[in-house]
Parts: sequence; C-alpha cells; structure tokens
Amino acid sequence: MSTRAVAAVRLVQQRSILVLIALLVALAGLIEIIRPGAVNASWVSNIVEFAAPLGILAAGQTLVVITGGIDLSVANVATAAAYIMASQAPFGVTRAIVAGLLVGLAVGLINGVGVAVFRVQPLIMTLAMGLVVTGSLNVYSQAAVRSVPGVPAVIHTLGSGTVLGYVPVSLFLWALLAVALILGLRGTGFGRLLYALGDNMEATRLAGVRGWQVLLANYAACGLLSAVAGLVLSGTVNAADLSLATILLLPSVAAVVIGGTSIFGGSGSYSGTIVGALILTVLNSVLTLLDVPDAVKQVLYGAIIVVLAAAYTRVLGHE
Amino acid sequence: MATAVASERSRSDGIRFGRALRRFGWTIAVYVLLAVLMVITIIIKPDYGAYEWNTLTLAALPLAFAAVAQTIVVLSGGIDLSVGALMALANVLTLRAMLGHDLNFSLVVALIVLLEVTLAGALNGAVIVLTRVPDIVVTLATSFIWAGLALLVLAKPTPGIPFDFQNLAQGSTLSPWVPNALLLLLVIPLVWIPLRRSRAGLAVYAVGSDRNAAFRSGVNLGLTRVIAYAAGGFFAACGGVALSMTTGVGSPLAGTYYTLSAVSAIVLGGVSLAGGRGGILGPVAAAYILSLIPAVFIYLGIDPNYGQMVQGVLIVLVVMIGGLGAVLRRA
Repeated sequence: MSTRAVAAVRLVQQRSILVLIALLVALAGLIEIIRPGAVNASWVSNIVEFAAPLGILAAGQTLVVITGGIDLSVANVATAAAYIMASQAPFGVTRAIVAGLLVGLAVGLINGVGVAVFRVQPLIMTLAMGLVVTGSLNVYSQAAVRSVPGVPAVIHTLGSGTVLGYVPVSLFLWALLAVALILGLRGTGFGRLLYALGDNMEATRLAGVRGWQVLLANYAACGLLSAVAGLVLSGTVNAADLSLATILLLPSVAAVVIGGTSIFGGSGSYSGTIVGALILTVLNSVLTLLDVPDAVKQVLYGAIIVVLAAAYTRVLGHE
Repeated sequence: MATAVASERSRSDGIRFGRALRRFGWTIAVYVLLAVLMVITIIIKPDYGAYEWNTLTLAALPLAFAAVAQTIVVLSGGIDLSVGALMALANVLTLRAMLGHDLNFSLVVALIVLLEVTLAGALNGAVIVLTRVPDIVVTLATSFIWAGLALLVLAKPTPGIPFDFQNLAQGSTLSPWVPNALLLLLVIPLVWIPLRRSRAGLAVYAVGSDRNAAFRSGVNLGLTRVIAYAAGGFFAACGGVALSMTTGVGSPLAGTYYTLSAVSAIVLGGVSLAGGRGGILGPVAAAYILSLIPAVFIYLGIDPNYGQMVQGVLIVLVVMIGGLGAVLRRA
C-alpha cells in the first residue's frame, strides 16, 4: 500500500471514531432530554462501571476478530471463570482468582490448538468449546457446590467500588488493559502479525511467519481476557451464577463491529471497540429509562445493532 | 470450483466408485456411527422397545428440522444464528393461536405460522443482502429480535396445544415401530428434493461454493441468498411447530438449545461451513445421534449434564479429525 493510501485509511479510521463518539454524545443528549438532569457524574460513573466488563470481554473478541476469527465462547468462559473463582473463594482469594484466570487460559489454549493447529473454523471450535465449558460447569456446580457461592470482597470492590466518589475501580483495570492493547496492537511485532494474519494468511505464511504460534497465543489471550471480564462482572453484579455473562455474547461481537473492526479480519482497533462498548451500554440505559418491557428492549436492541452495523458498513463502503 | 455442481452434470456418465466414496463417505460414516450407537444403547438397555424408540424420534424431530434449516443456509455460504429464536417464535405463535381450538383450526394455524416464520427467515436474508453486514452479525442481532418477539407473544412457558394436534407427532398410526414423528421427517425430502432439483437449488450450491463464479454465470446472488434464508426460515418454523407437537407447550425460551445444536448437527453431518458442499442426509442422522447421547446417559444413570459436555467434545473431535485430514493432505 502506498503512503497516501495508508494515510487515507488512517483518516477514515480516525473520522469514524469521531462519528462514533458523536453518536455516544447524541445518545447521552437523548437521555438528558427524556429525563433532564439524569446525565451527571454518577450517571457517567455508572455507565463506565457497567461498560467495563463488556469492554474487557470485547477486548478479547477484538483480538480474535482482527485475525479473521470469532470467539463465541467468551461469555461461557467469563461465566465459568467467575463461578469457579467464587466457589474457590473459601480457600483464599489469591487461589480463587488464579483458578478463575486459569479456566480462561485453558479454554483459550484449547480453542487456539483447534483453530491454529487443526485448522478448525473458529466459529465451530469456539461454539463447541462453549458447549463443553457450560456442560462442565453444570456438572461441577452439581457435584462440588451446594449453594450459589458468594463473591469475595476484593472482587466486589474491583467490580463496583469507586475512588474519589465517582471513579470506578474497574476503570483503572480497564484503562490499563486498553493502553496495553492499543499500544500492543499498533507497535509490537505480535500486534502487527495479528493484522497480517487477518488480512492474508497465505501471504503471511509465505513471508515466513509461524502463524499457528501467533494464533495460539492470541486465542489464549482472548480466553484470559474473557476470564478477567467474568471476574469483574461478578464483582459488578455481586453474584456468580450459572448464566452470569450469557447476555454479553452478542454485545461483545456488536461492540467490535460497531467499533469498526472488520469481521473479515485485517483491520480495526481496540479504541473503536471501547467506544462501541460505551455506546451499547448507554443504549441499554436509554432503553431502561424508557421503561419498556424486557421483550421490547430485546427487540429494539437487536434492531439498533443491525441499523448501526448497516450504517457503518455503508459509510465505510463509500469512502 | 463446485464439485457438487460438476458432479451433478457427470451423474449421467456414471459416478466412479472413488468419487462416490469421497462424496458420500462422510454421510455413510455418520449412519454407521448412528447404528453403532443404537447397538450400544440396546446392549446397555436390553429392554429397549418401541416406547424408547418413539421417545428418541420425538426428541430428534425438532432438532432434525433445525439442522436442515441451518444446512440450507450454510450450503448457500451463509450462517443463521437465529434458527433457535425462529423456532421459539413459531412455537409460541402456534400455542397462542391454537389454545382451545380443534384439529382443523390447528392445521390452518400451523400453515399460517409456517408462512409467517418463512417470511421472517427471508427478512434475515434480505437484511444481509441489502445492508452487506456480515451474516454472523445480522443473524446474531435478529436472533434477539425474534426471541424478543417470542417473549412478547408469550411471556412464560404455557401448556395448551390441542391434544389432537400433539397426536400428529406423538402417536404411532402405522405400527409401534414407525412412530408418526419419524413419518413427519418426510416433510424434509418433500420440500428439499424439488428445491434441490430446481434452478434455485442449483444456484444455492453455486453461490455457496464460489460466489464470483456464480455471479459470472449469471446467477442472481441476492435473490438466491434470500431464498436460502427463507428456506431456512421454513424449516426452522417446522422445527417450532414440531416442538409444539412433541412437547404440547409453547415456550419463548425453547429455542436457545437448538441454534447451537443445529450447527453441531451440520458439522457432524458433513456439511462444509465454507458452503456449497454437503446434503441433508448427514445432518438428519446427526440430529438423531445428538438426541441419542443424552438418552444413553440417562440409561446409564449418569447426570445428563454430561451429555452436553460429550456433545461438545464429540464436535471438537469430529472437526479436529476433519481438519487433521486437510492438514495431512496439504503436507
């Protein structure tokens, strides 16, 4: 690609993120119109608190989608990690957190082996692993745990505590991960390889890249991030049940798509995903404010995601 | 390019054995696996009789329809993650309209529901074609829409499907060993074979195996894809109506299981997710296998939750073996 073409692509990406931010502000304005005075510091704090688990879950999804894959097991992994963390809590908080993260790492590695070594389509591999994870978790919950376990105080603080009154604790973790991901994707060899693999796997192979190692590490990272998201989410809602993160599967994919990462791989950024996650959370807040029944909320949510994705595809197609 | 299209033409020349084996090998293997599983089941449960067989056909009927729905969409090179939600929608619509009516009225209702949900499927396809948003994203989002509509129609699981209508699937009119639920599977070839042999059916395979080549051969890509999604919607509707017959209950959440299991069934049934390759015989057998596994666990006295785990592991193993074959061929 010539430098001018690269500059043009950059410009589109930067402009599209401005469009997204404008949309975010417009949605907040809508809330302010519906209920004057609703948009204040504690509202923003609330939005960030609820966007953080989704944002972290969508971070893993972004990594996988950039390589041209998709991970449909993120929600199951997040749920399992949170549940196992909570059930291990009586044996010590450190052990509990490590156990939860290990669940994510293990499932991510298996996904990675399937996709990278055995060349299984990511959709099938992660769908099947999602089944395995949920099935195993059901068995585990009946065999090992009698009652739904509580969430340790540290995790509760991580998920719903605030500093200085308004700054959610989870924001620090999210911001840390975001900086690492944005810089990592942009500046490190590993990050560039993810884009290369997503753009043209065959060319990358001919260039001498051991693609399977990169993919394996990438799926493991996605599993780990999903587990982190699960832990944060269990802190936010202060519970860890067997369907904790199920509702976040579609939003995790939607945040990535709305954020401008191509589902076919090769382009996109985590900064877009962050705005996507915020938009979805604010959207949810609008629908909650309108006080519509859950069923209608679900219909509107699906419809708006289609419209947003369509608008986005159209805008990018014209450039 | 399209082996399916090419072999269609050479059929009159007589298919060579090797090609036949390559083409039907996987399907045959799936039926062998089903037979082996049946034998194991009979060994585990020596008093396996007509009643258990009937139970199996009842459990497999909705899944078989869901698998066929997914198969047609995948053959056209797409994927429909809203199959389960469409089934739930058809299921609750039948309950809402049939409650307290007789058989004839129920049959009319069933036909109308089939039409409505077919249109919903076509809408999936139209949105994908018109907006150019990837199929995974669109159908994941519309799955929310259909499931939300299902919740609007019926807030919670409610019994009340007329018994005469339930008996269409639950009875055994011909013989105890030929349950009606098995006969209802005939809907699949009755719709699929004419479609498969029509221009539209050929176009579905062509679009699925190579979109560019199909376009240059004058195939209407958009229309073909919408037809595939509409056919998917029709079979998803059949699955929903089948759920009404086999359970007698309308449940807005009944569909969740079927989206995942339908994808499992087509993978096990040998349909290539890349599109254009595969048939419906494999997925139907796979639906029986996937329905038999939990039953076997129950006969063994093991927690049926292991069934879900085993189902996942089975899919992973099947696709890994398939993938390994591809890797070895390349090496």
